[in-house]
Amino acid sequence: MSYRAPVEGYKGKIVEVVIGKGDRAVKIGGENILAFNQTFDEGEFPNPPKIAFEVWDMEPQGWAPWVLEPYKDVVSDPAAWAKRCEELGADFVYLYLISADPNEKDTPPEQAAELVRRVYEAINIPLIVYTTGNEGKDPAVLTKVAEVLGGENLLLGPVIKEDFEPIANAAKEHGHCVVSQAPVDINLQKELDVKLARILPREKIVLDPLASALGYGIEYCFSVAERTKHVGVMFEDAMMQMPIIANFGAEVWKNKEPKEREELGIAWEEVTAISYFLAGANILVMRHPEVFNVIREMIS
Amino acid sequence: MAVKGTDLVKLLPKKTKCKECGFPTCFAFAMKLATGGTEISACPHLSDEVREQIEELLAPPIRPVAIGTGDKALVIGDEEVMYRHEKTFFHQPGIGVLVTDTDDEKEIERKVKSVEEMKFIWIGHALKADLVVLKSASGDKGKFLSLVKKAADMTDGAPLVLMADDIDTLLAGLEACGKERKPLLYAVTEENIDEAISKLGQAEVPLAVKADGLEKITALTEKLKEAGLQDLVVDAGSRTLWEAVRDQIFVRRAALKQGYKPLGHPTITFPCFMADDSRKELAIASALLTRYAGIIVLSDLKEDYLFPLVVLRMNIYTDPRVPMAVEAKIYEINEPTNVSPVLLTTNFALTYFSVANEIEATKVPTYLAIQDTEGLSVLTSWSAGKFNGETAGEFIKKSGIEQKTKNRRIVIPGLLARIRGELEDELPEWEVVIGPRDAAGISSFLPELVGRS
Ligand code: SF4
Repeated sequence: MSYRAPVEGYKGKIVEVVIGKGDRAVKIGGENILAFNQTFDEGEFPNPPKIAFEVWDMEPQGWAPWVLEPYKDVVSDPAAWAKRCEELGADFVYLYLISADPNEKDTPPEQAAELVRRVYEAINIPLIVYTTGNEGKDPAVLTKVAEVLGGENLLLGPVIKEDFEPIANAAKEHGHCVVSQAPVDINLQKELDVKLARILPREKIVLDPLASALGYGIEYCFSVAERTKHVGVMFEDAMMQMPIIANFGAEVWKNKEPKEREELGIAWEEVTAISYFLAGANILVMRHPEVFNVIREMIS
Repeated sequence: MAVKGTDLVKLLPKKTKCKECGFPTCFAFAMKLATGGTEISACPHLSDEVREQIEELLAPPIRPVAIGTGDKALVIGDEEVMYRHEKTFFHQPGIGVLVTDTDDEKEIERKVKSVEEMKFIWIGHALKADLVVLKSASGDKGKFLSLVKKAADMTDGAPLVLMADDIDTLLAGLEACGKERKPLLYAVTEENIDEAISKLGQAEVPLAVKADGLEKITALTEKLKEAGLQDLVVDAGSRTLWEAVRDQIFVRRAALKQGYKPLGHPTITFPCFMADDSRKELAIASALLTRYAGIIVLSDLKEDYLFPLVVLRMNIYTDPRVPMAVEAKIYEINEPTNVSPVLLTTNFALTYFSVANEIEATKVPTYLAIQDTEGLSVLTSWSAGKFNGETAGEFIKKSGIEQKTKNRRIVIPGLLARIRGELEDELPEWEVVIGPRDAAGISSFLPELVGRS
């Protein structure tokens, strides 16, 4: 029996989603293979995974000094901070509207939206805007952001099963994409996707199955992300064919080990990033610029 | 590709009323055989040829290989799935450190020692590297032999890999560490295969096979098999990241999906030859670890890189069918008294460990109430209806905590602020306090809470 290279082809294809518009439009997804199998002719991966850096709308507490270092002169100015991320080479800025949370500063939606506009105007790359997952407050904030930044095609999230409707409707009306977030559960993810897809086309949806850190539950999140991708690509489930965002930066850096030493922290985030990358994530949200450099080299 | 009973029965003699195997019919025997419930030797009516054929069919699609002996042996291979969610990955890859006979003495000692001594305690397990990989780089046989001797003497049974270009050097190395140590010999190649068969045929140690590409590998493994050498580990020679990953995927697919025996072997990989700095080497090692490598050879063991790598190995090789859960009960942390507060969360192991660690660090005497959520995390168990006001209330009432402390303040995870009202209805005596969203918040939250009381 002679050797035949076991190349596989699949019929499913990840939806191509465009975030941003005009010069700053960035495409994600579009692949019909599993991550990095493009190196052996199984199919196409037209848009390599993209990297987003985090910006907080208030000065972060509890960040290790080494993740704060590259931004330490700009952390009190989200627009300047976002600009810094762009200079460091990020594909997206991921703006975390933590201050709007009722448990934080409970900033009014208008103020949050105004801040988003300021950040957006300071940069030339597309913007991802996340709230904290507070179903009572998020819809008011995200619908306001959608309105104020109308037509700019931001990626807004997370939408969860409790609050997807108002946010998805606002995204539809004002031309944005949304993040469909389910708690590490492939069935709940699909349920929410089905509901969302009645409001928005699939080309406007990105999936967030949640991403925990190495050593802190990554095995669950890794396998759920991997399965989600398989269901879309191998088993052609249209509701699971949207690109995946893996938002692990904050998950990594809140733990003891990454805060102990810089190099250990870099290694911890790096290994976490590579895992999600192999699981099929299309956007990685991370923190340390050195990790970015390693990952960027792997992707290219 | 598990063998089917119906395929086996075709090979059996089909004697009616024989029953010598202990089964009523050949068919029943075949069915049991296919699921591993009996041994082929139970049927006395088989020719050697048929027995071999059946043994081959029953053999695991990826042959297990043991390197080293006794409880120190590293067993790799014998995997059954492509993706861990399909079942589980069973045999963790061995992590080795490359030591060459051109390294200086101190460096050699440090590296060899680190294999056994560099340990990381993680959720009650000691995680560490496994193998000492000894390479002849000087071309001086004497130097290589003294390296092998030294490493064998310095270690307490750690499995060894011996690397040299020629068979004689490998044989001499084998003598130096002792055959009974069962090292892996690297490598049999197109150039030396005939010599390898004649000189290593009786050595009873596992062999690594190296060639340029998988097609050439198969020619070598088939030839070795004919010579009776089957405990093999393969290296397809690729030394760039994505080529190496591709080869890993192809070997696993060929073995599992095509049932292709010439590639039914575990693999050895060399991040140490693929990167010029430690971060890149770690990136390559973690990609290969996730994608099926049997052995991962690193240029050095450094705490900051080995730690995340062994944690990843543990994570990827845990059984996804078993939730990681701890016992549901009241845990006493920092010697709580009858006035200490109560924190409530789920029995997902990682939630428990991170919360317990944080409480411990605050030194605040606390009761940690761990509710049975079948190992699900806070949000997941809430969505599954296993962690809400009703279930938590019931657990607290039955837990006996009301006798242990007079404090009637119970802290719930910040992520579940929404169950506060329900829980207050269930526990009218208690004040329900919303805790931090992350375990990390406990360090400031808990001292403040008791300061207030
Ligand atoms: S001993 Fe062999 S021949 Fe006899 S019934 Fe069993 S399998 Fe068939």
